[in-house]
Amino acid sequence: MSSADLTSERDLPPERETSVRGDIAPERDGPRDTGMDDASLHRWLARTWRTPPGIIGALSSVDHKVIARRYLITAFLFLCLGGLNAVAMRIQLSGPQRGLIGPDLYNQLFTMHGVTMMFLFAVPIVQATGIYLVPLMVGTRNIAFPRLNAFSYWVYLSGGLFAWVSFALAMAPDVGWFAYVPLSGPEYGPGKRADVWAQMITYTEVSSLAVAVATIVTVFKQRAPGMSLDKIPLYVWALLVTSFLVVFAMPAVMITSTFLILDRLVGTHIFNPAEGGDALLFQHLFWFFGHPEVYIIFLPATGMVSAIIPVFARRPAFGHLGLVLSLIAVGFLSFGLWVHHMFATGLPKLGASFFTASSMLIAIPNGVQIFCWLATLWDGRPVIRTPLLFVFGFFFTFVIGGLTGVMLASVPLDLQVHDTYFVVAHFHYVLIGGSVFPLLAAAYFWFPKITGRMMSERLGRWHFWLAMIGFNAAFFPMHIVGLWGMPRRVYTYPAELGWGNINLFISAGAVLFFLSFVLFAFNLVHGALRGTPAGDNPWDAGTLEWATSSPPPGYNFARIPIVTNVEPLWAERGALPVATGLRVDVRELLVSTVAEAHPDIREKSATPSIWPLLAAIAVGATFLYSIFTPWAIIWGAAPIAVTLVGWFWPKADPEDEE
Amino acid sequence: MKRLASIAFATAIALFLQGCAGWQSALDPKGPAASELAWLIWFFTGLCAVVWVLVMAALAVPLLMRSRQHAEPLALDAGADSRKLRVVMIAVGLTAVILVGLTLLSFFANRTLAAIGSDAALTIRVTGHQWWWEVRYEDATPSRILTTANEIHIPAGEPVRLLLTSTDVIHSFWVPSLSGKLDLIPGRMNVLDIKADKPGVYRGQCAEFCGAQHANMGTFIIAEPRAKFDAWWNDQLEPAAVPTGDEAKAGENLFLKRPCVMCHKIGGTPAGGTVAPDLTHLASRQTLAAGTLTMSRGNLAAWIADPQGVKPGSHMPVVDLSGDELNAIVAYLEGLK
Repeated sequence: MSSADLTSERDLPPERETSVRGDIAPERDGPRDTGMDDASLHRWLARTWRTPPGIIGALSSVDHKVIARRYLITAFLFLCLGGLNAVAMRIQLSGPQRGLIGPDLYNQLFTMHGVTMMFLFAVPIVQATGIYLVPLMVGTRNIAFPRLNAFSYWVYLSGGLFAWVSFALAMAPDVGWFAYVPLSGPEYGPGKRADVWAQMITYTEVSSLAVAVATIVTVFKQRAPGMSLDKIPLYVWALLVTSFLVVFAMPAVMITSTFLILDRLVGTHIFNPAEGGDALLFQHLFWFFGHPEVYIIFLPATGMVSAIIPVFARRPAFGHLGLVLSLIAVGFLSFGLWVHHMFATGLPKLGASFFTASSMLIAIPNGVQIFCWLATLWDGRPVIRTPLLFVFGFFFTFVIGGLTGVMLASVPLDLQVHDTYFVVAHFHYVLIGGSVFPLLAAAYFWFPKITGRMMSERLGRWHFWLAMIGFNAAFFPMHIVGLWGMPRRVYTYPAELGWGNINLFISAGAVLFFLSFVLFAFNLVHGALRGTPAGDNPWDAGTLEWATSSPPPGYNFARIPIVTNVEPLWAERGALPVATGLRVDVRELLVSTVAEAHPDIREKSATPSIWPLLAAIAVGATFLYSIFTPWAIIWGAAPIAVTLVGWFWPKADPEDEE
Repeated sequence: MKRLASIAFATAIALFLQGCAGWQSALDPKGPAASELAWLIWFFTGLCAVVWVLVMAALAVPLLMRSRQHAEPLALDAGADSRKLRVVMIAVGLTAVILVGLTLLSFFANRTLAAIGSDAALTIRVTGHQWWWEVRYEDATPSRILTTANEIHIPAGEPVRLLLTSTDVIHSFWVPSLSGKLDLIPGRMNVLDIKADKPGVYRGQCAEFCGAQHANMGTFIIAEPRAKFDAWWNDQLEPAAVPTGDEAKAGENLFLKRPCVMCHKIGGTPAGGTVAPDLTHLASRQTLAAGTLTMSRGNLAAWIADPQGVKPGSHMPVVDLSGDELNAIVAYLEGLK
């Protein structure tokens, strides 16, 4: 935070602000933003960075904001579908021995609920939020690898359609979102259902990996001048750590699903104990992904909380460094406790005890985050608006989920509650309390940045109370019914166990919770169409995304801001200092150094292209076909290769043709 | 926020009190392992509740005490921040101490659980099937080895060693009022020691998702005084009762001629199938189809006539029987005490 750095940054002569790459001859350089007046600068940039017109143009957009909006809407629709699944299940479970939904449909319902919520809602929506916000928050004009980013959306969309079309055809996976072998193996999982699970998982995770890589490179190499590591906003830190988790965890589940499809389709025996394979190997591989997965969903949410609390508490986050170190610590530790999902498999006691200790340990950095947020609120003057309300909802529920998590970490205690409704309650408190409530806070908070309009505060409060009451009514009693002995994943239960009334109560809560989302959807649509215009910075926040107009133009920033502080807009109440020297006739980004974010080189950002969509279709068709024959991988390679050639076909620079 | 908390708390207490009578409840322990675990559950719950209340109080104070409107972001006050830092450090330290305490408590509970079965005299092999339990009582004398299904008789007050495995998919053996659960995994053998303090019937259920009828894979542990248990074992070793009435005799004939014998065994008859429950003493059990139906003539008939209606997806096929044939078979099976 030394001010000496900042002045030197600001005083750089224009030539040194952006050192020119050797291969771009200076005499061939086009017009730059240096010294250009505002009006013509906007004209130039708008033309250079626009999304081409027409349907083909829309399908070839590589603007991170356009792609993120699609991602957000798609993920929200999947949330609604997954929620409808949950409501259907709750209606079946609202009383003992109800005959509404049979086991075949019920097992598809809870499998699709888990698959949809984890793979089609939770991970995509946090990544989509990152795609929208990270480039704006680090002050760059587009995400790194924009075409890969577009590709990832199409892959995600088609993976989701793949799963839901199979559900509509009554051939959805029915083996649980975790798809344990041997139940999902060739012998006990006949038909194509488990194949759909395996290929859809592998395929959809390709998109997560792509987004993670783009995010990491954007954060490390495209930060605005002056945004050294200690001045990166906490939300961006959270996305950075999350992206590393994705890069290390997702391959584990992709290996799991690939091994499974090999067993099913090619006849390998990787998981077959009769042939020397091992059913537990599947669980180890799956949970090596599955536990970090929880933090892939949760860490971005903590980033949102860290972004929202300071704005409404009217002071910078307390313990910025502590919060960053906690994020990193949680990231590391999350890989060391997957076995606590497997305590009931009869692992050696000593090994299991190690995982008790490591599971307990992760509560410490999470505690640090909670205490830092509380300290921020203590020291601030909280202005209570809907986003902050949802942050309180987060505290209220997530702390319960965290504490029951401590209970689950204990091996002996886990032996009673594992695979019961207690666990269902726990992870909904963690995932909804810890992630969905912050996401709702974020939706109200960043909605003006995305649409240029505000959502209704009054509806927001209604939404909050309805959601809180519905959520707690639905999930708190599950702790109790779990302790009373109700196992998970049962489509019915005998009347004489006395679980009827409490389940009726739970189901009513679930319906109420679902209705709160209907209200939210109404508020979203109403806000987008009729909301009051927001202006650039309606909350008077301090981070860079609020430095540009709402919604931001295609090029994000007319001139790249220079960062002097974690909350640059609070530190510089006037205009931000800017770095200039980028060309305006081609899509140029400023690339900066990893640690200090010194301007390094100018780099061209990819232009719109239809090829990422075509590549996604080729890859999707290959995966779809591969649930029927392994030869699909061979035949599918040709169209994939063609689309990749189209994608990467080198085009001559306009200036080279002069 | 506070009001909501008190409502939630009151609801929780009310629900807890209502449910303690459950016969498949971890909170209603009937054996040393479950007692140890119930104590652990209550201790963790109590401590966590205290922590939660403290955190909520820490959240409520700034909301209730501070002014709600302040347009300008506040300048940082270095002195206040360093005081806050001390408080945060103390909170983190306390968290660590609590977590270490809970970890040690878990380890000690583990040790107590491990000690329960150290001198188990009786070994029972429990094998999971989709969707029933095969129960084999081990004995040094081969002729005394006994195989039954779904209900497990044990002597009360004595530790019993269960050897758990599976022939198809992963199941999990769980009788909450006696002990925590343990998985049955193909290709592996897990060991679970259980002990019931008093005679009684304790319900259990498969806890790992195992396919279509996971919900209807119940089991019962029936703890009896030692003498009664020994008598029961001796009874069960006897071959099946010879049918007496004409209808029952016809039923036996039908049973042996129809596909039933492909899967079921009835001791003392040529029926020797092993892929489905042993029926030698079927009528002495309390339930049918792994806890799905109580044992009665009507339920027996319903189950045989339409197994897919009772347990959709179960591996028991529909056997084409006329009304008289069904009655005959039911009459025969009813006699298998």
